[in-house]
Amino acid sequence: MFTPAKNAIASPKQDTHLIRYCDALREAFEQEMERDPQVFLFGLDVDDHVGIQGSTVKLQEKFGKHRVFNTPLSEDAMTGVAIGAAMAGYRPIHVHIRMDFMLLCMNQLVNMAAKSHYMYNGQVQIPLVVRTMIGRSWGQGGQHSQALHSLFMHIPGLKVVAPANAHDAKGCMIAAIRDNNPVVFIEHRLLYSTEGYVPKASYEVPLGQARILTEGSDITIVAISHMVMEALRARKHLEGVGISAEIIDPITLWPLDMNTIMQSVQKTGRLLIVDNAWLTCGASSEMMTRAVEMCQEEGKPIPRLARMGFAPTTCPTTKPLENLFYPNGRTIAAKAYEMTKGPHAKPWEPPLDAKTEIDAFKGPF
Amino acid sequence: MHNLELTARLYKTMLLIRQFELYLAEIYHTDAIKSPVHLSVGQESIAVGVCDALEKEDIVSNTYRCHATYIAKGGDLNEMMAELYGKRTGCAGGKAGSMHLVDIKRGILGASAVVGTTVPVAAGYAWAMKRDKEKTGHQRVVTAFFGDGCTEEGCFYETLNFSALHQLPIIFICENNRLAIHTPIEKRWASEQLCERVATFGIKTHRITDADVFKIHETVSNALQDIRQGNGPIFIECDTYRWLEHVGPRDDHNISYRSQEEFQRWKDQDQVTRLAHMLDESHRHQIQAEVKAAIIKASEFAENSPYPAAEELYTHVYAS
Repeated sequence: MFTPAKNAIASPKQDTHLIRYCDALREAFEQEMERDPQVFLFGLDVDDHVGIQGSTVKLQEKFGKHRVFNTPLSEDAMTGVAIGAAMAGYRPIHVHIRMDFMLLCMNQLVNMAAKSHYMYNGQVQIPLVVRTMIGRSWGQGGQHSQALHSLFMHIPGLKVVAPANAHDAKGCMIAAIRDNNPVVFIEHRLLYSTEGYVPKASYEVPLGQARILTEGSDITIVAISHMVMEALRARKHLEGVGISAEIIDPITLWPLDMNTIMQSVQKTGRLLIVDNAWLTCGASSEMMTRAVEMCQEEGKPIPRLARMGFAPTTCPTTKPLENLFYPNGRTIAAKAYEMTKGPHAKPWEPPLDAKTEIDAFKGPF
Repeated sequence: MHNLELTARLYKTMLLIRQFELYLAEIYHTDAIKSPVHLSVGQESIAVGVCDALEKEDIVSNTYRCHATYIAKGGDLNEMMAELYGKRTGCAGGKAGSMHLVDIKRGILGASAVVGTTVPVAAGYAWAMKRDKEKTGHQRVVTAFFGDGCTEEGCFYETLNFSALHQLPIIFICENNRLAIHTPIEKRWASEQLCERVATFGIKTHRITDADVFKIHETVSNALQDIRQGNGPIFIECDTYRWLEHVGPRDDHNISYRSQEEFQRWKDQDQVTRLAHMLDESHRHQIQAEVKAAIIKASEFAENSPYPAAEELYTHVYAS
């Protein structure tokens, strides 16, 4: 069922440039729309001056109003429109500025997009990309910060990806556009300004393959979306106390590449899952369950397991409470330290982090 | 007087739908049909009046009460029966049943069991047909069928707005039987001015109150001409009457949620009976014999087809 683990994609030989996550997305749209005239992009505000934080800027000028266009707010019907166009042989990219609005699309996504290929016995395919952005900070609050990937992971027929760096954002977007299934493509607002080396040419990051970001021997930390950045900060803290953490980004949440995760866990004996979401019935629940099942099936010892994620509350806007709502590099490091050293180890408080992309974000979008 | 060829054609398709569904009702107690059935008996003239006016390349989009439109658009009868039987030769491989009939090669989009859901999908298809015209030069048209209940869903109005905004090649066909399951319009609508409501989106509307199949045919033919010239969406409200229960094979007039008088009024203007009387006896008998043969053939096809193999549970979850 799972794609065999192929670990990290080697640094590409092609020409690269240092660009932001949002520019990498834009580059993916531009290259795919040039390659395939059936690809089109639509959603509220895709053709305004902000251009979904730069990710769709000037695409309308280049490809025309029939391939890049604004929509009424009607998220529900617009999802249906995307599905109908996909059935007719087009490859829509439908954009939501915040993931919270996807709750208005659930009927179309769950009842039609996910099921049409199956229910109509292969007579239709739904090559649809739904782009959606998780918000955070500067008062985004309860309805601009939700990360609802587990809702979509639950539904057979949907694929779910959440790339955490510019390289994977471009490569996954190209793979998602070329995929013949509905793909929920989860972006994070605080990743938009992060920079990475991205090949200038077109390339795919295959869906269903996790990436080992840094190798380590003491603990496996699997982190999702923006939590990858926090996990990398945690790793630095842990280095200072002699703990070597292997950081894995699953990239695709469904189908999930558990093999890469389990190979790592076999080496480290410890698995800490840090989700950028609530824990109950979440991606972390699924990963942990599968980890236990896979160990049992192969007669291997159950590793030391733990998970972290959002506090089980609505996200508050006020900074002191919002800070407590999310895991961060220090809390992740402290948890990994406890898992590695045991409950009786000398207490350790990781040093304060320097200013991060979280502090830099001043909204409004 | 109406042209004889058209009369015979409309009669034959309406009769096929009527007899096919009455056959389902007759055998339903045997449990050969392993699917809930929402029968269109009494409502046939809308599907037939609309679909007969369409070109082969035009598209229909359906509700869960989709038998009539499927047959009227030329959907494969054998595959339909096999689908109801849950056989692998069914139009959906036996995996979707009566509420999700589909035949893409004949321009029949898959139906949905969730009211309203297919309406925006039909608009998306129409958007694609408009784009395709830039390449082919010919405007294919989508006809979106739905009931009065659908007009209570938010996505219906969202779709009207988008379709008018983009001047989409789509005809909205409301089959208004005044019932959502058992709940009449009086309990659901603050105002019955549906066409007026739709017109405010900048969409031309028509209302046909007597289910006259020729009137429906003519209205749709004119609408198609208009739309193929690029003149945006058109809305047609057709009053009709559901003779049988919401789901299942029985007459439920013994339950007191609707009146015998109203039923009788609709029976008196039944289009199948009306057109039968417009044909001479031998012609009528010939059509009746052809319809009967087609139903028997479909039934035998379904009976003799295998059920899907176990591994087919997992086919088509994801497209490759």
